[in-house]
Amino acid sequence: MNLFFYGAADPMKQFEVQKWFELPPVFGYDISFTNAAGFMLLGVVLCIAFFSYAASRGKVVPNRLQSMGEIGYGFVADMIRGTAGEEGLRFFPFVFTLFFFILFANLIGMVPYAFTTTSHIIVTGLLALLVISIVIIFGLWKNGLKFFGLFAPSLGDMPILGKIVIYAILIPIEIISFIARPLTLSLRLFANMLAGHILLKLFAGFVVTGITAGGIGLLVAPLAFGMGIALNALEFLVAGLQAYVFAILTCVYLNDALHPSH
Amino acid sequence: MIAIMMAAEAASGAKEAAPFPPFETWHFPSQVFWLVLLFGTLYFVLSRFILPSIGNTLERRESSIASDLDEAARLNEEAVDAQKAVEVSIAKAHAKARETADKARAKIDKTIADETAKVDAEVDAKLAEADGRITELRAEAMKNVATIAGETTEVILSKLGTKAAKRSINSAVKTALGDG
Repeated sequence: MNLFFYGAADPMKQFEVQKWFELPPVFGYDISFTNAAGFMLLGVVLCIAFFSYAASRGKVVPNRLQSMGEIGYGFVADMIRGTAGEEGLRFFPFVFTLFFFILFANLIGMVPYAFTTTSHIIVTGLLALLVISIVIIFGLWKNGLKFFGLFAPSLGDMPILGKIVIYAILIPIEIISFIARPLTLSLRLFANMLAGHILLKLFAGFVVTGITAGGIGLLVAPLAFGMGIALNALEFLVAGLQAYVFAILTCVYLNDALHPSH
Repeated sequence: MIAIMMAAEAASGAKEAAPFPPFETWHFPSQVFWLVLLFGTLYFVLSRFILPSIGNTLERRESSIASDLDEAARLNEEAVDAQKAVEVSIAKAHAKARETADKARAKIDKTIADETAKVDAEVDAKLAEADGRITELRAEAMKNVATIAGETTEVILSKLGTKAAKRSINSAVKTALGDG
């Protein structure tokens, strides 16, 4: 009995990928439809359903759902304008897709027994790589070699010797921080979602084990239950916040590609 | 948070040496495939169909609000113009009414003056006529008084038993009556 509850309370079990449908391998790669793919599909379908409703209604006087969709539109547009300027709006569909893809995945993850697609490094890592690839490719295409001026910010009037010394320190730091971007971008989202869900599961597990153990466990269980509720609220905040952070950092990086000399 | 993650991994790893699911590699190809497919689909649908439509709606709303405001401003201007026109026509009507009243008053005054003059003239004529007759009557009466006085004097004298010449009586009467 204790083993059963231990199994149910194993905080890592929720991250396990299970095959729902076996698919024939493509070029030797297994692309089976898994629970991760299933919940990702759910998020995409919900996202499309919600926004296509908001878009298709298209009334001058909106109802609540249409208004929510339009507020989402304005929110992302303002976010881009605020960080990357009007020129950043050419990336509006991309940032919009990124933000709501992550937001829906995070929020679906808050439903008990649901799979959190953003709690896997391969997903967040790929998204971060996509962002950085766009920044580099677009930056080089638009600015040519001037794009590398990103690593050497202008220092203004200064003796040439001072410039050399400062650049010798500054340029390696800028390069390292640029290389670190995809890492931090992907790890931030991944670690937040992973840690949050582990904590939720741990405190939920304490409730069950506390009650079954009896004795002092009966005192622990209500405390753990309260913590679980508090953490749930926190995780909802984190779900929204991390999607926002991912999107706004994308905008900041895109701003570098648009205006490399800062 | 990473510390908790590591601790949890260590705990679960210690129990049954189960691998940490996000770092298992067997599902990576599947994850990549489905992520690319689904993210690509979402991007395609949003950028091609949904976002332009929402943008359209927002633009339409903005322009319809702007045109409604323009319309309201135009109607307001019209109302102000109409009010001015009303005020002008009221002022005109006032002026016209005053003019008409003045004209009527002048006409009435003239009529009254005319009538008064006519009546005055008639009355004056009648008065003159009456005066003439009075003078005439008085003159006649005065003539008769002398005759009557002469005759009375003759009668009185005859009663007293004297007689006087007619001429002397007449001159005496004339003297008694003054200029007569």
